[in-house]
Amino acid sequence: MKIIAIDRKGVEHTVEGTIGWTVMEALRDAGLPVAAECGGACACATCHVYVDEEWFGKLSPPSPEELDMLDMAVAVESNSRLSCQIRCDPALEGIKVTIAPE
Amino acid sequence: MNSMTPVNPPPERAETDVIIIGAGPIGLFAVFELGLLDLKCHLVDILDRAGGQCTELYPEKPIYDIPGIPLVTGQELTDRLTQQIRPFGAQFHFGEMASALHRLEDGRWQLSTDAGTVLVAPVLVIAAGGGSFVPKRPPIAGIEDYEGKSVFYAVRRIEAMRDRDVLIAGGGDSALDWTLNLAPVARRLTLVHHRDGFRAAQHSVTRMRELVAEGKIDFHVASVKALHGAGGQLEAVTLAGADKKEWRHGANAFLPFFGLTIKLGPIAEFGLNLHENLIPVDTAKFQSSTPGIFAIGDINSYAGKLKLILSGFHEAALMAQAAFKICRPNEKLRFQYTTSSSSLQKKLGVA
Repeated sequence: MKIIAIDRKGVEHTVEGTIGWTVMEALRDAGLPVAAECGGACACATCHVYVDEEWFGKLSPPSPEELDMLDMAVAVESNSRLSCQIRCDPALEGIKVTIAPE
Repeated sequence: MNSMTPVNPPPERAETDVIIIGAGPIGLFAVFELGLLDLKCHLVDILDRAGGQCTELYPEKPIYDIPGIPLVTGQELTDRLTQQIRPFGAQFHFGEMASALHRLEDGRWQLSTDAGTVLVAPVLVIAAGGGSFVPKRPPIAGIEDYEGKSVFYAVRRIEAMRDRDVLIAGGGDSALDWTLNLAPVARRLTLVHHRDGFRAAQHSVTRMRELVAEGKIDFHVASVKALHGAGGQLEAVTLAGADKKEWRHGANAFLPFFGLTIKLGPIAEFGLNLHENLIPVDTAKFQSSTPGIFAIGDINSYAGKLKLILSGFHEAALMAQAAFKICRPNEKLRFQYTTSSSSLQKKLGVA
Protein backbone atom coordinates (compact mmCIF):
# COMPACT_ATOMS: atom_id res chain seq x y z
CA MET A 1 0.00 0.00 0.00
CA LYS A 2 1.05 3.59 -0.60
CA ILE A 3 2.03 5.89 2.25
CA ILE A 4 2.59 9.58 1.62
CA ALA A 5 5.23 10.84 4.04
CA ILE A 6 6.32 14.44 4.45
CA ASP A 7 9.80 14.82 5.90
CA ARG A 8 11.04 17.58 8.22
CA LYS A 9 12.02 19.75 5.28
CA GLY A 10 8.49 19.55 3.89
CA VAL A 11 9.46 17.22 1.05
CA GLU A 12 6.81 14.67 0.11
CA HIS A 13 7.81 11.01 -0.36
CA THR A 14 5.75 8.07 -1.56
CA VAL A 15 6.64 5.00 0.41
CA GLU A 16 5.51 1.40 -0.02
CA GLY A 17 4.02 -0.11 3.12
CA THR A 18 3.62 -3.85 3.61
CA ILE A 19 0.20 -4.95 4.83
CA GLY A 20 0.46 -6.09 8.43
CA TRP A 21 3.74 -4.23 9.01
CA THR A 22 3.87 -0.86 10.70
CA VAL A 23 4.07 2.57 9.10
CA MET A 24 7.27 3.18 11.14
CA GLU A 25 8.91 0.19 9.45
CA ALA A 26 7.91 1.49 6.02
CA LEU A 27 9.30 4.96 6.77
CA ARG A 28 12.51 3.59 8.25
CA ASP A 29 13.08 1.11 5.43
CA ALA A 30 12.62 3.93 2.94
CA GLY A 31 15.47 5.77 4.65
CA LEU A 32 13.29 8.51 6.10
CA PRO A 33 14.54 10.05 9.35
CA VAL A 34 12.45 8.31 11.98
CA ALA A 35 14.87 7.36 14.76
CA ALA A 36 12.65 4.56 16.13
CA GLU A 37 15.22 4.13 18.87
CA CYS A 38 13.37 1.32 20.62
CA GLY A 39 12.80 -0.61 17.40
CA GLY A 40 9.02 -0.46 17.50
CA ALA A 41 8.35 -1.44 21.11
CA CYS A 42 6.24 1.67 21.83
CA ALA A 43 8.95 2.70 24.27
CA CYS A 44 10.64 5.83 22.97
CA ALA A 45 8.30 8.16 21.00
CA THR A 46 10.96 8.83 18.37
CA CYS A 47 8.71 7.67 15.51
CA HIS A 48 6.17 10.42 16.22
CA VAL A 49 4.11 11.53 13.19
CA TYR A 50 1.16 13.80 12.49
CA VAL A 51 -1.58 11.96 10.64
CA ASP A 52 -3.55 13.91 8.06
CA GLU A 53 -7.07 14.65 9.31
CA GLU A 54 -8.63 12.60 6.51
CA TRP A 55 -6.90 9.46 7.83
CA PHE A 56 -6.66 10.20 11.54
CA GLY A 57 -10.23 9.12 12.27
CA LYS A 58 -9.79 5.85 10.39
CA LEU A 59 -7.06 4.65 12.73
CA SER A 60 -7.81 2.40 15.63
CA PRO A 61 -7.60 4.58 18.73
CA PRO A 62 -4.27 4.73 20.54
CA SER A 63 -3.70 2.24 23.35
CA PRO A 64 -3.13 3.61 26.86
CA GLU A 65 0.50 2.58 26.32
CA GLU A 66 0.77 4.75 23.21
CA LEU A 67 -0.89 7.71 24.94
CA ASP A 68 1.59 7.36 27.77
CA MET A 69 4.47 7.26 25.34
CA LEU A 70 3.20 10.32 23.49
CA ASP A 71 3.70 12.15 26.78
CA MET A 72 7.41 11.74 26.10
CA ALA A 73 7.19 13.20 22.61
CA VAL A 74 7.80 16.87 21.94
CA ALA A 75 5.42 19.06 19.92
CA VAL A 76 2.41 16.77 20.35
CA GLU A 77 -0.70 17.88 18.42
CA SER A 78 -4.25 16.59 18.33
CA ASN A 79 -3.35 14.39 15.33
CA SER A 80 -0.16 12.97 16.82
CA ARG A 81 0.45 9.21 16.68
CA LEU A 82 3.42 6.89 17.01
CA SER A 83 4.01 5.39 13.59
CA CYS A 84 5.16 2.09 15.15
CA GLN A 85 1.59 1.67 16.40
CA ILE A 86 -0.09 2.18 13.00
CA ARG A 87 -0.38 -1.09 11.13
CA CYS A 88 -0.55 -0.97 7.33
CA ASP A 89 -4.03 -1.98 6.22
CA PRO A 90 -5.79 -1.75 2.83
CA ALA A 91 -8.29 0.65 4.45
CA LEU A 92 -5.43 3.09 4.97
CA GLU A 93 -4.31 3.14 1.31
CA GLY A 94 -2.68 6.51 0.62
CA ILE A 95 -2.42 7.54 4.28
CA LYS A 96 -0.59 10.84 4.65
CA VAL A 97 1.75 11.41 7.58
CA THR A 98 4.16 14.18 8.49
CA ILE A 99 7.29 13.30 10.44
CA ALA A 100 7.27 15.32 13.68
CA PRO A 101 10.25 17.43 14.71
CA GLU A 102 13.08 15.76 16.64
CA MET B 1 16.94 12.15 35.46
CA ASN B 2 14.33 12.91 38.05
CA SER B 3 16.77 12.63 40.91
CA MET B 4 19.11 15.33 42.04
CA THR B 5 22.73 14.91 41.12
CA PRO B 6 24.75 14.03 44.19
CA VAL B 7 27.86 15.99 45.01
CA ASN B 8 30.50 14.54 42.70
CA PRO B 9 33.42 12.74 44.30
CA PRO B 10 36.83 14.21 43.47
CA PRO B 11 38.04 13.43 39.95
CA GLU B 12 39.66 10.05 39.64
CA ARG B 13 42.62 8.87 37.60
CA ALA B 14 42.95 5.16 37.00
CA GLU B 15 45.03 2.85 34.87
CA THR B 16 43.47 -0.36 33.69
CA ASP B 17 43.56 -2.92 30.88
CA VAL B 18 40.41 -1.96 29.03
CA ILE B 19 38.18 1.11 29.06
CA ILE B 20 34.63 0.38 27.93
CA ILE B 21 32.33 3.21 26.88
CA GLY B 22 28.77 2.06 27.49
CA ALA B 23 27.39 -0.19 30.23
CA GLY B 24 24.57 -1.67 28.18
CA PRO B 25 24.24 -5.43 27.71
CA ILE B 26 27.18 -5.60 25.32
CA GLY B 27 29.52 -3.53 27.48
CA LEU B 28 28.57 -5.71 30.44
CA PHE B 29 29.18 -8.96 28.58
CA ALA B 30 32.50 -7.58 27.33
CA VAL B 31 33.55 -7.43 31.00
CA PHE B 32 32.83 -11.16 31.20
CA GLU B 33 34.79 -12.15 28.11
CA LEU B 34 37.70 -9.87 29.05
CA GLY B 35 37.55 -11.05 32.65
CA LEU B 36 38.00 -14.69 31.63
CA LEU B 37 41.29 -13.53 30.11
CA ASP B 38 42.25 -11.70 33.33
CA LEU B 39 41.77 -8.27 31.77
CA LYS B 40 40.42 -5.60 34.11
CA CYS B 41 37.86 -3.04 32.96
CA HIS B 42 36.54 0.41 33.73
CA LEU B 43 33.17 1.31 32.24
CA VAL B 44 31.84 4.81 31.57
CA ASP B 45 28.13 5.44 31.03
CA ILE B 46 26.15 8.66 30.91
CA LEU B 47 23.18 6.98 32.58
CA ASP B 48 23.12 6.49 36.33
CA ARG B 49 22.86 2.70 36.14
CA ALA B 50 23.74 -0.28 33.96
CA GLY B 51 21.63 -1.56 31.09
CA GLY B 52 21.69 1.18 28.46
CA GLN B 53 18.66 1.06 26.16
CA CYS B 54 17.46 -2.14 27.85
CA THR B 55 16.78 -0.39 31.14
CA GLU B 56 16.28 3.16 29.90
CA LEU B 57 13.85 2.44 27.06
CA TYR B 58 12.21 -0.89 27.75
CA PRO B 59 12.95 -2.25 31.25
CA GLU B 60 9.64 -4.13 31.33
CA LYS B 61 9.40 -5.20 27.69
CA PRO B 62 9.98 -8.87 26.97
CA ILE B 63 12.93 -9.86 24.78
CA TYR B 64 12.49 -13.22 23.05
CA ASP B 65 15.72 -13.71 21.11
CA ILE B 66 18.38 -14.22 23.73
CA PRO B 67 19.72 -17.74 23.10
CA GLY B 68 18.62 -20.16 25.80
CA ILE B 69 16.34 -17.67 27.54
CA PRO B 70 12.86 -17.85 25.94
CA LEU B 71 11.69 -14.62 27.60
CA VAL B 72 13.55 -11.99 29.55
CA THR B 73 12.83 -8.30 30.19
CA GLY B 74 15.41 -5.59 29.58
CA GLN B 75 15.80 -5.13 33.33
CA GLU B 76 16.16 -8.87 34.03
CA LEU B 77 18.75 -9.27 31.30
CA THR B 78 20.72 -6.39 32.77
CA ASP B 79 20.43 -7.82 36.28
CA ARG B 80 21.61 -11.23 35.11
CA LEU B 81 24.56 -9.82 33.19
CA THR B 82 25.49 -7.73 36.23
CA GLN B 83 25.40 -10.89 38.32
CA GLN B 84 27.41 -12.81 35.71
CA ILE B 85 30.27 -10.28 35.71
CA ARG B 86 30.39 -9.73 39.46
CA PRO B 87 33.49 -11.97 39.92
CA PHE B 88 35.51 -9.65 37.69
CA GLY B 89 35.20 -6.48 39.79
CA ALA B 90 34.79 -3.99 36.97
CA GLN B 91 34.74 -0.32 37.98
CA PHE B 92 31.71 1.67 36.85
CA HIS B 93 31.69 5.41 36.25
CA PHE B 94 27.98 6.18 35.99
CA GLY B 95 26.51 9.54 35.15
CA GLU B 96 29.60 10.50 33.20
CA MET B 97 29.98 11.22 29.51
CA ALA B 98 33.12 10.08 27.71
CA SER B 99 34.22 13.45 26.40
CA ALA B 100 37.80 13.41 25.11
CA LEU B 101 40.27 10.83 23.88
CA HIS B 102 44.06 11.20 23.56
CA ARG B 103 46.83 8.81 22.66
CA LEU B 104 49.69 8.92 25.16
CA GLU B 105 53.33 8.70 24.08
CA ASP B 106 53.53 5.11 25.33
CA GLY B 107 50.72 4.20 22.94
CA ARG B 108 47.99 3.85 25.55
CA TRP B 109 44.66 5.65 25.39
CA GLN B 110 43.60 8.34 27.82
CA LEU B 111 39.88 8.90 28.08
CA SER B 112 38.48 11.86 30.02
CA THR B 113 34.89 12.24 31.13
CA ASP B 114 32.85 15.38 31.67
CA ALA B 115 33.06 14.69 35.42
CA GLY B 116 36.84 14.90 35.35
CA THR B 117 37.60 11.17 35.55
CA VAL B 118 40.71 10.22 33.60
CA LEU B 119 41.20 6.61 32.53
CA VAL B 120 44.30 5.18 30.88
CA ALA B 121 44.46 1.79 29.14
CA PRO B 122 46.03 0.10 26.14
CA VAL B 123 42.58 -0.85 24.81
CA LEU B 124 39.41 1.19 24.36
CA VAL B 125 36.13 -0.58 23.59
CA ILE B 126 33.21 1.48 22.35
CA ALA B 127 29.95 -0.28 23.20
CA ALA B 128 27.88 2.88 23.14
CA GLY B 129 24.83 1.63 21.22
CA GLY B 130 23.30 4.64 19.48
CA GLY B 131 25.34 7.07 21.57
CA SER B 132 24.54 9.01 24.72
CA PHE B 133 21.13 9.41 26.27
CA VAL B 134 20.50 13.14 26.49
CA PRO B 135 17.36 15.12 27.37
CA LYS B 136 14.95 15.73 24.52
CA ARG B 137 14.98 19.36 23.44
CA PRO B 138 11.56 20.73 22.49
CA PRO B 139 11.53 22.14 18.95
CA ILE B 140 11.09 25.77 19.98
CA ALA B 141 12.96 28.40 17.98
CA GLY B 142 15.98 29.83 19.79
CA ILE B 143 15.71 27.57 22.86
CA GLU B 144 19.50 26.95 22.76
CA ASP B 145 20.13 30.58 23.76
CA TYR B 146 18.30 30.06 27.05
CA GLU B 147 19.72 26.66 27.98
CA GLY B 148 21.66 26.66 31.24
CA LYS B 149 20.49 30.19 32.05
CA SER B 150 16.72 29.97 32.28
CA VAL B 151 15.86 26.72 30.48
CA PHE B 152 16.99 23.59 32.32
CA TYR B 153 16.62 19.89 31.50
CA ALA B 154 17.56 18.84 35.03
CA VAL B 155 17.42 20.53 38.39
CA ARG B 156 20.74 20.34 40.18
CA ARG B 157 19.84 22.61 43.10
CA ILE B 158 16.29 23.24 44.27
CA GLU B 159 17.42 26.61 45.68
CA ALA B 160 18.21 27.81 42.16
CA MET B 161 14.45 27.85 41.55
CA ARG B 162 13.56 29.83 44.69
CA ASP B 163 11.19 32.75 44.07
CA ARG B 164 11.21 32.20 40.33
CA ASP B 165 8.19 31.92 38.08
CA VAL B 166 8.70 28.31 37.05
CA LEU B 167 7.09 26.68 34.04
CA ILE B 168 7.29 22.90 33.76
CA ALA B 169 6.31 21.01 30.60
CA GLY B 170 5.69 17.28 30.35
CA GLY B 171 3.52 14.50 31.71
CA GLY B 172 5.91 11.88 32.99
CA ASP B 173 7.40 11.21 36.41
CA SER B 174 10.13 13.84 36.06
CA ALA B 175 7.61 16.57 35.23
CA LEU B 176 5.30 15.60 38.09
CA ASP B 177 8.06 14.98 40.65
CA TRP B 178 9.59 18.39 39.99
CA THR B 179 6.19 20.06 40.02
CA LEU B 180 5.67 18.71 43.54
CA ASN B 181 9.24 19.42 44.69
CA LEU B 182 9.43 22.95 43.38
CA ALA B 183 5.89 24.09 44.24
CA PRO B 184 6.88 25.20 47.77
CA VAL B 185 10.00 27.00 46.53
CA ALA B 186 8.91 28.75 43.35
CA ARG B 187 7.17 32.11 43.44
CA ARG B 188 4.60 30.66 41.07
CA LEU B 189 4.65 27.27 39.43
CA THR B 190 2.77 26.30 36.28
CA LEU B 191 2.61 22.84 34.73
CA VAL B 192 1.65 22.45 31.08
CA HIS B 193 0.99 19.20 29.25
CA HIS B 194 -0.61 18.44 25.90
CA ARG B 195 -3.44 16.42 27.48
CA ASP B 196 -5.22 16.15 30.80
CA GLY B 197 -3.71 12.74 31.46
CA PHE B 198 -0.30 11.67 32.71
CA ARG B 199 1.97 8.68 32.51
CA ALA B 200 3.40 9.53 35.92
CA ALA B 201 2.80 7.66 39.19
CA GLN B 202 -0.83 8.02 40.25
CA HIS B 203 -0.07 9.42 43.71
CA SER B 204 2.00 12.21 42.13
CA VAL B 205 -0.84 13.08 39.77
CA THR B 206 -3.32 13.08 42.66
CA ARG B 207 -1.09 15.36 44.74
CA MET B 208 -0.57 17.72 41.77
CA ARG B 209 -4.34 17.98 41.28
CA GLU B 210 -4.75 18.75 44.98
CA LEU B 211 -2.25 21.60 44.72
CA VAL B 212 -4.14 22.95 41.71
CA ALA B 213 -7.44 22.72 43.63
CA GLU B 214 -5.85 24.54 46.58
CA GLY B 215 -4.77 27.31 44.22
CA LYS B 216 -1.09 26.74 44.95
CA ILE B 217 -0.04 25.86 41.39
CA ASP B 218 -1.56 26.10 37.92
CA PHE B 219 -2.06 23.41 35.34
CA HIS B 220 -2.95 24.05 31.70
CA VAL B 221 -3.55 21.65 28.83
CA ALA B 222 -1.21 23.51 26.55
CA SER B 223 2.15 23.43 24.85
CA VAL B 224 4.95 25.97 24.65
CA LYS B 225 5.18 27.56 21.22
CA ALA B 226 7.68 30.39 21.69
CA LEU B 227 10.08 31.85 24.22
CA HIS B 228 10.47 35.57 24.91
CA GLY B 229 13.40 37.20 26.64
CA ALA B 230 16.85 38.60 26.08
CA GLY B 231 20.40 37.52 26.79
CA GLY B 232 19.31 34.02 27.72
CA GLN B 233 16.97 35.30 30.43
CA LEU B 234 13.44 34.12 29.86
CA GLU B 235 10.64 36.61 30.55
CA ALA B 236 7.59 34.93 29.06
CA VAL B 237 6.44 32.13 26.81
CA THR B 238 3.66 31.75 24.28
CA LEU B 239 1.37 28.89 25.22
CA ALA B 240 -1.17 27.28 22.90
CA GLY B 241 -4.15 25.42 24.27
CA ALA B 242 -5.96 22.40 22.86
CA ASP B 243 -8.18 24.81 20.88
CA LYS B 244 -4.98 26.29 19.34
CA LYS B 245 -5.71 29.61 21.06
CA GLU B 246 -2.43 31.25 22.07
CA TRP B 247 -1.59 33.40 25.09
CA ARG B 248 1.41 34.90 26.78
CA HIS B 249 2.51 33.50 30.12
CA GLY B 250 5.13 35.13 32.35
CA ALA B 251 7.95 32.76 33.38
CA ASN B 252 11.63 33.17 34.13
CA ALA B 253 12.52 29.50 34.40
CA PHE B 254 11.37 26.78 31.99
CA LEU B 255 11.91 23.09 32.70
CA PRO B 256 10.96 20.80 29.79
CA PHE B 257 10.79 17.12 30.81
CA PHE B 258 10.26 14.96 27.73
CA GLY B 259 12.55 12.11 28.63
CA LEU B 260 15.75 11.16 26.91
CA THR B 261 16.81 10.60 23.36
CA ILE B 262 19.99 9.21 21.89
CA LYS B 263 22.67 11.43 20.35
CA LEU B 264 26.06 10.17 19.30
CA GLY B 265 27.89 12.90 21.21
CA PRO B 266 31.67 13.33 21.58
CA ILE B 267 32.46 9.89 20.11
CA ALA B 268 31.94 11.56 16.76
CA GLU B 269 35.15 13.51 17.44
CA PHE B 270 37.30 10.47 18.23
CA GLY B 271 38.59 10.19 14.67
CA LEU B 272 37.16 6.78 13.87
CA ASN B 273 36.07 7.31 10.24
CA LEU B 274 32.41 7.19 11.18
CA HIS B 275 30.01 6.16 8.47
CA GLU B 276 26.44 7.35 9.12
CA ASN B 277 27.22 7.62 12.84
CA LEU B 278 28.50 4.04 12.96
CA ILE B 279 32.07 2.83 13.48
CA PRO B 280 33.32 0.55 10.69
CA VAL B 281 35.11 -2.52 12.08
CA ASP B 282 36.70 -5.72 10.79
CA THR B 283 34.84 -8.93 11.59
CA ALA B 284 37.79 -10.88 12.98
CA LYS B 285 38.51 -8.56 15.89
CA PHE B 286 35.80 -5.88 15.73
CA GLN B 287 38.60 -3.35 15.73
CA SER B 288 38.05 0.12 14.27
CA SER B 289 40.37 1.74 11.74
CA THR B 290 42.50 2.76 14.74
CA PRO B 291 44.44 -0.15 16.30
CA GLY B 292 43.59 -0.55 19.98
CA ILE B 293 40.10 0.89 19.60
CA PHE B 294 37.31 -1.63 19.21
CA ALA B 295 33.60 -1.12 18.60
CA ILE B 296 30.97 -3.72 19.51
CA GLY B 297 27.18 -3.79 19.56
CA ASP B 298 24.81 -1.41 17.81
CA ILE B 299 27.47 1.26 17.25
CA ASN B 300 29.59 -0.73 14.79
CA SER B 301 29.05 -1.53 11.16
CA TYR B 302 30.29 -4.29 8.87
CA ALA B 303 28.90 -6.29 5.98
CA GLY B 304 25.92 -8.25 7.21
CA LYS B 305 25.65 -6.44 10.55
CA LEU B 306 22.47 -7.11 12.50
CA LYS B 307 21.65 -4.86 15.43
CA LEU B 308 20.84 -7.69 17.80
CA ILE B 309 22.00 -8.18 21.37
CA LEU B 310 23.21 -11.66 20.48
CA SER B 311 25.43 -10.27 17.70
CA GLY B 312 27.00 -7.92 20.22
CA PHE B 313 27.78 -10.83 22.54
CA HIS B 314 29.66 -12.61 19.76
CA GLU B 315 31.52 -9.42 18.89
CA ALA B 316 32.55 -9.01 22.55
CA ALA B 317 34.05 -12.51 22.64
CA LEU B 318 36.18 -11.97 19.54
CA MET B 319 37.18 -8.49 20.62
CA ALA B 320 38.45 -9.89 23.93
CA GLN B 321 40.85 -12.26 22.17
CA ALA B 322 42.34 -9.38 20.19
CA ALA B 323 42.41 -7.08 23.23
CA PHE B 324 44.42 -9.70 25.14
CA LYS B 325 47.16 -9.65 22.52
CA ILE B 326 47.45 -5.86 22.91
CA CYS B 327 47.33 -5.85 26.71
CA ARG B 328 49.58 -8.88 27.23
CA PRO B 329 51.89 -8.94 24.19
CA ASN B 330 54.33 -11.37 25.81
CA GLU B 331 51.78 -13.89 27.02
CA LYS B 332 50.31 -16.80 25.15
CA LEU B 333 46.55 -16.93 24.96
CA ARG B 334 45.12 -20.41 25.48
CA PHE B 335 41.56 -20.97 24.43
CA GLN B 336 39.51 -22.60 27.19
CA TYR B 337 35.92 -23.56 27.94
CA THR B 338 34.15 -22.52 31.15
CA THR B 339 32.66 -26.03 31.35
CA SER B 340 36.03 -27.77 31.57
CA SER B 341 38.69 -25.28 32.62
CA SER B 342 39.34 -25.25 36.35
CA SER B 343 41.28 -22.00 35.97
CA LEU B 344 38.28 -20.27 34.38
CA GLN B 345 36.01 -21.75 37.04
CA LYS B 346 38.29 -20.33 39.73
CA LYS B 347 37.99 -16.88 38.16
CA LEU B 348 34.23 -17.28 38.21
CA GLY B 349 34.36 -18.33 41.84
CA VAL B 350 32.66 -21.67 41.21
CA ALA B 351 35.63 -24.07 41.44
